[in-house]
Amino acid sequence: MKVLLRNPRREIEVDGKHSVNSLLASLDLPRESHLVIRNGTLVPGDAALAADDTVEIRPVISGGA
Amino acid sequence: MAAPPSKCRVCKEPAIIDLPRHNANFCAEHFLELCRRQVVKAIEKFDMLSKDDRILVAVSGGKDSLAVWDLLIDLGYRADGLYIGLGIGEYSDISGEYAKAFAAERGLHLITVDLRSEYGYDIPTAAKATKRVPCSACGTSKRHLFDKAALDGGYSVLVTGHNLDDEAAVLFGNTLRWDVEYLARQLPVLPARHGFPKKVKPLVRLTEREMAAWCVVRGIDYLVDECPMAVGNKHLAYKEALNRIEAGSPGSKASFYLNFLDNMAPLLSGLSAAATDDLGECSECGAPTTSDLCAFCRTAQKARAHDPVPVELVLSKGRRRR
Repeated sequence: MKVLLRNPRREIEVDGKHSVNSLLASLDLPRESHLVIRNGTLVPGDAALAADDTVEIRPVISGGA
Repeated sequence: MAAPPSKCRVCKEPAIIDLPRHNANFCAEHFLELCRRQVVKAIEKFDMLSKDDRILVAVSGGKDSLAVWDLLIDLGYRADGLYIGLGIGEYSDISGEYAKAFAAERGLHLITVDLRSEYGYDIPTAAKATKRVPCSACGTSKRHLFDKAALDGGYSVLVTGHNLDDEAAVLFGNTLRWDVEYLARQLPVLPARHGFPKKVKPLVRLTEREMAAWCVVRGIDYLVDECPMAVGNKHLAYKEALNRIEAGSPGSKASFYLNFLDNMAPLLSGLSAAATDDLGECSECGAPTTSDLCAFCRTAQKARAHDPVPVELVLSKGRRRR
């Protein structure tokens, strides 16, 4: 599946079956600091992702105090 | 066989988000309801706002400030926005476009202030000229201009989009240093005083993941990219540390900050008053200060005397590589 990452913006291809949680874990990205958006819609951690899905992993942490 | 998709705790329809700290999943409608409820709870508990208030929301073009503006309008408050162009290269240009588009699409009034054209400096130059970390020059400039715009415009309350993660990270930093004076001032409401507007933080019961989700569900376009000058700062490191704790023990961030407000802040309240009572007036702009010139005028004076510095020159090598 195609996965869009941010900061910096880049796209990667991820093989194999994944849930949202397992995809984040495989990329070493903490659940608490990311949202996963599949084909334009938010999806929870246990959602299964398909090979033809377009997935955005959006970081939510910002640094200004 | 694949596990059935998770369902909303309220209506049992398919969920769009899991919130481990609530041990629950929510559909879009009931997630938005949860957010509204948390904001109303914060506003009522800390006596933040009334429907008669003239509210000014400090807006950056990021998720939190646009979400809090959207939430307040959604809840029936009258609120204008304030955007400050900080001159942080392309990042500022794009963030301004998001803030302006949000206001225009909803017919809301947005005040804009441009640091370079109106005050003769920008944040990269101020950081270089003052030899301080960029977030320090930025915070000093923004706080002063927020206060000024609120007072000049006759607004009764200034709202900022600080969320639970922001407040927990600041509390973490203040606690690591046992900085009692800063701890005493770390409240979600600061009352109006001579030269300062009332300031409130309605998002203190919501995490930044929840605020980003609010924006996605509500169709709010915001600037996702991080400020290039904030990358690698201490505040982000504290957030990452707290999120590691949160992953193993959901609800820790909320307990840390909200229990501080309930149990510790009352014990420090006298210290907070003592720290802000003894203020004079800045000889240049009249703002409250403990010295002859306020921090803003000192920063502006040094920055104006310095040649303009492009943002790329202020970023460290490590930051540029990321």
